[in-house]
Amino acid sequence: MSTVLDLSPFVSDEVRKTTCYMCACRCGIDVHLRDGRIRYIQGNRDHPVNRGVLCAKGSAGMLHLESPARLQAPLMRTGPRGTGEFKEVSWDEALSTACSWLGEIRARDPRKLAFFTGRDQSQSLTAWWAQQFGTPNYASHGGFCSVNMATAGIYTIGGSFWEFAQPDWENSKLLLLFGVAEDHDSNPIKLGLSAMRRRGARIVSVNPVRTGYSAIADAWFGITPGTDGLLVLALIRELLRSGRIDADFLRHNCNAAWLVDVEDGETGGLFVRDEQGTPLVLDSRTGRPERHDMPGIIPLLSGSAEFAGGARAVTVFTLLAEKYLDDRYSPETVARKTGIGASKIRGLAAELARVAFDDAQELPLPWTDAYGNHHQTTVVRPVAIHAMRGISAHTNGFQTCRAIHLLQMLLGAIDCPGGTRFKPPYPKPAEFHPRPSGWAGPNTPLAGPPLGYPLGPQDLLVDSRGQPQRLDKAFSWEAPLAAHGMLHAAIPNAAAGDPYPVDVMFLYMANMAWNSSMNTPAAIGALTAKGENGDYRIPRLIVADAFNSEMTSYADLVLPDTTYLERFDCISLLDRPIGEPDLVADAIRHPVVALNRNVRPFQDVLIDLGARLGLPGFVDSNQRPKWRDYAHYMATRETRPGTGPLAGWRGRNGEKAGRGEPNPKQLDQYIKAGGYWSQEVPRQARFFKNLNIAYQEWSTDLGLQPKPTPFKLQIYSEPLRRFQLAAEGFGDRQPPEVLRQRIHKCFDPLPIWYEPASDSSGEFPLHAITQRPMAMYHSWGSHNPWLRQIHTDNHLYVPGSICDEMQLVDGCWVWVESPVARIKVRVKRMEAVNRQTVWSWNAVARRPGAWGLSHSSPESRKAFLLNHVISHLLPKQPDGCRWSNSDPVTGQAAWFDLRVSITPADDSEQCTYPQFEPQGQPPNQDPGSEELCYGGEWCK
Amino acid sequence: MTSLPDKTARKLGLVIDLDVCVGCQACVVNCKAWNSGGYGSSLADHEPYGDAPEGAWLNRVHGYEVVSKDSAAIVHFPKSCLHCDDAPCVTVCPTGASIKRSEDGIVLVDESKCMGCGLCAWACPYGAREMDPSAGVMKKCTLCVDRIYNENLPEVDREPACVRTCPTNARHFGDLADPDSHVSNLVASRCGQDLMPEQETRPVNKYLLPQDRDGAEQMSLSGFVLADLADPSPSGLLGWIDSALSKL
Repeated sequence: MSTVLDLSPFVSDEVRKTTCYMCACRCGIDVHLRDGRIRYIQGNRDHPVNRGVLCAKGSAGMLHLESPARLQAPLMRTGPRGTGEFKEVSWDEALSTACSWLGEIRARDPRKLAFFTGRDQSQSLTAWWAQQFGTPNYASHGGFCSVNMATAGIYTIGGSFWEFAQPDWENSKLLLLFGVAEDHDSNPIKLGLSAMRRRGARIVSVNPVRTGYSAIADAWFGITPGTDGLLVLALIRELLRSGRIDADFLRHNCNAAWLVDVEDGETGGLFVRDEQGTPLVLDSRTGRPERHDMPGIIPLLSGSAEFAGGARAVTVFTLLAEKYLDDRYSPETVARKTGIGASKIRGLAAELARVAFDDAQELPLPWTDAYGNHHQTTVVRPVAIHAMRGISAHTNGFQTCRAIHLLQMLLGAIDCPGGTRFKPPYPKPAEFHPRPSGWAGPNTPLAGPPLGYPLGPQDLLVDSRGQPQRLDKAFSWEAPLAAHGMLHAAIPNAAAGDPYPVDVMFLYMANMAWNSSMNTPAAIGALTAKGENGDYRIPRLIVADAFNSEMTSYADLVLPDTTYLERFDCISLLDRPIGEPDLVADAIRHPVVALNRNVRPFQDVLIDLGARLGLPGFVDSNQRPKWRDYAHYMATRETRPGTGPLAGWRGRNGEKAGRGEPNPKQLDQYIKAGGYWSQEVPRQARFFKNLNIAYQEWSTDLGLQPKPTPFKLQIYSEPLRRFQLAAEGFGDRQPPEVLRQRIHKCFDPLPIWYEPASDSSGEFPLHAITQRPMAMYHSWGSHNPWLRQIHTDNHLYVPGSICDEMQLVDGCWVWVESPVARIKVRVKRMEAVNRQTVWSWNAVARRPGAWGLSHSSPESRKAFLLNHVISHLLPKQPDGCRWSNSDPVTGQAAWFDLRVSITPADDSEQCTYPQFEPQGQPPNQDPGSEELCYGGEWCK
Repeated sequence: MTSLPDKTARKLGLVIDLDVCVGCQACVVNCKAWNSGGYGSSLADHEPYGDAPEGAWLNRVHGYEVVSKDSAAIVHFPKSCLHCDDAPCVTVCPTGASIKRSEDGIVLVDESKCMGCGLCAWACPYGAREMDPSAGVMKKCTLCVDRIYNENLPEVDREPACVRTCPTNARHFGDLADPDSHVSNLVASRCGQDLMPEQETRPVNKYLLPQDRDGAEQMSLSGFVLADLADPSPSGLLGWIDSALSKL
């Protein structure tokens, strides 16, 4: 060669280890820096989440620092909302303006602030800020993401898929995947799936579309959307019919043997308890009722008891057997609705039973339960299940997820080796979470956090007439268990003044004017709606974001955030912890590159605002700011004496873990250790954590819980039954008449399946769903030049049989119509999809001018959002009421209930419909280059 | 016309496991990121924020739907230079820019000699070469020649970026001339395949094919069938549960 090839070129001046934020996974990254810029990002080999690997998004993270969409300075709106006309203002002016709006509200009626924080990873700070401000109108994005999974999990097993539990990737021999979203836990799932395939373990995917993980599954069940619960109940029936269930697990780990009062009356359907309130079971030796937690007891699974006065009670298992052995759940009956043949369902049931019981083992690992019973061995049930968005985003998602957990309990496959395992600090059942706190008065903090887990109607946030206390109607009779709030309802409700108008809406990192709202045109309409006096119906709108998103253009005041590479952040055990079944862990982000524009980390701004407003906790006794910034808060805030946002290196010199006084050098120690802290769960504490005394004591010592809280998994949910009782007319808090029947049906204390609430008339015969591309996360990928080359536009994938019937060919245009609107899109044929389902990739489309892209980009001319045709309301009820298009239990947005029709469209325009007016650029935005040669300065 | 070495001492290459590739594009982007600041000119992107964004990439993943009578499946197929023993892209090069290294078999473009004529891209049957829109020189996979021997990197990281980052461990790097290497063992045990052998390019890279999957309409995970209880009614199940307990 004429040039001498340098085989050891210089790589980087320095490697800084921090946490990724290109999606929700929170992988560890090694950021290679050269001349103060990022040369390269790779996965951190030591990090418990990703163990060295890194996805497409994380690998492209440095281009966020080049993005022309990066906001440059605080902005005040100068033109009409949505035009994107702004002037730059100083931070002092921006924060004084915000304080003048917020301070007045707080003194008058703090509810008039609605504070919603999108894909926030600092919820323990933002929720506390809302609490101290005194507004109950706070939530993050869980209500439109996966609250059904979280809530069903917490009420049923005290944990949930993804963040609080995961498959035992090393020991499971069969994995059942339901409706997984490929941006949640993506690198760990990819690592786990490939490890399973290499071991010869089998993967079965239940998903209407065979992309991504489903593509490498051994078997694919192309289910009809919204019918997963029916499939699961059919599997349960087959297991019961054949007696292939783990009776020991049901007796000792679950509430299957608890006695339920079956008399009509105000205690009907509740557990029979002793005087101390402990639920009773039937002792198999005596046949007599005893406390379920009596040491040594072997309770009967079946049976009934009569109590004084002739009151009769039966075991949960008796109710369960009667319910699920019914022919309505036979494989033949459910085959048509689910789109899965009866023999396939039987085959899967048989395989689940074979692996759970015939491949079971006993490990020589002794453990002791919280009731003093010693177990010589640990039973391995190598069947794991993982489920996510496809289950969650339906109006029957909560009960479907509960059905999945019931299936796991019947197989004895929860927190055992080989099963689905809890990740500390979980499990933690609903009882040990707080209740939601309502409004307390002017200038007054809420009594507790705004979000929580109600245990019955007494915990709802409703007024004396039963009307919602919160703007989004979370924790009202419309969505009693809305544990993550309902961000998707906040904007429409605020514009409608239903249940009341607000004065300021404050949004962080939530693209509600585009891909995070159902019925986007309606959301835009709500943001721009004016009252009779000519003022906007939502009078003040503050938006904090790092980029010029669609949402930003509607703001009155923009508080520009940094990217994840330029600030401190805290991935806290108090929030959405990282970690593994055998490892408790938390992590930080820290600035790896210098900030080069007039923007500030949002959490710093929030702490500053808290101090300026004099919020209790944000100022000291002299009314001076208590924290300099978020980093200072992370290291020194104590939620209880000795515990705080970070568990690692506590104590004056960093010598303590979990509990210990604040350590001023804590963050330095995190940075030195690679940006994260972890500690192994002791061997004898690793399994059956809900009952395992070694786990209970270890987690208490570490400060993960204030005291040991052993509990049994809740097949039969008493909190649900309490809502049903109210619907039956008992108690002083009862649902309004229009909701009585719905509450009674949906709050069944045993898992059920019911039809999704969407319009299933013949007019809209097809299901329509989206899948998340692995290389794109919500809006955040679209302005990244490398990621947008992978997903520049999107097509509607249509089953081949429908293409043949309608003579559709690849690239032709069709109208997709729903009861609320229609869109025009291009078609691609596909066979590996459920025959009644059309689908596309999520969140590729952009409003012209948003995210620094050209006005005629493929994202705005060729791509489309399915959001435009998803109604945010359900069809009108007989009395004229319209409820949110959400799960009636949890308020989870029902994105995937959508039904549509398709018809051929004319192709003369060659662009999607609807098209939107371009939004303007704020002053001094980087125009974006015509050509990018990233890293060119280092090339030889 | 540029000559190929008669023999290379080693045959460094990739073994790509299609059985576990989920099409996530991690290898594609991580490769782009490493190589944009690495060997040769940067991998440019034309109109990065415009109407027709298009850049040079050394590795791409394509997805194909494989449809048979009673099943439909998706196969994800990563594709980059296969570092062929009989590389037509080398022999066609009029300037000597396209070369195959005799020491390890890596096919490289010496950009100082490349005039951007594009003949090599025409000659490559795999479409594995892309013209850089800015520098006007031909870009291709270097097997991260600036990583695999790089003493500025920890030894454990001296592997191609795509291999280092792959979340499903679908990509393996090693010496395919060494019969005892990890990659040779994979090829032997999983019947590693040449891509388009009829082209007679003798590619070094090998592909491991997807293992048998059940057809979409067939669920025969096991021959096992659940036997009904003698009386599979609620009362039968409840009676059975009690009697099973009494036997303990």
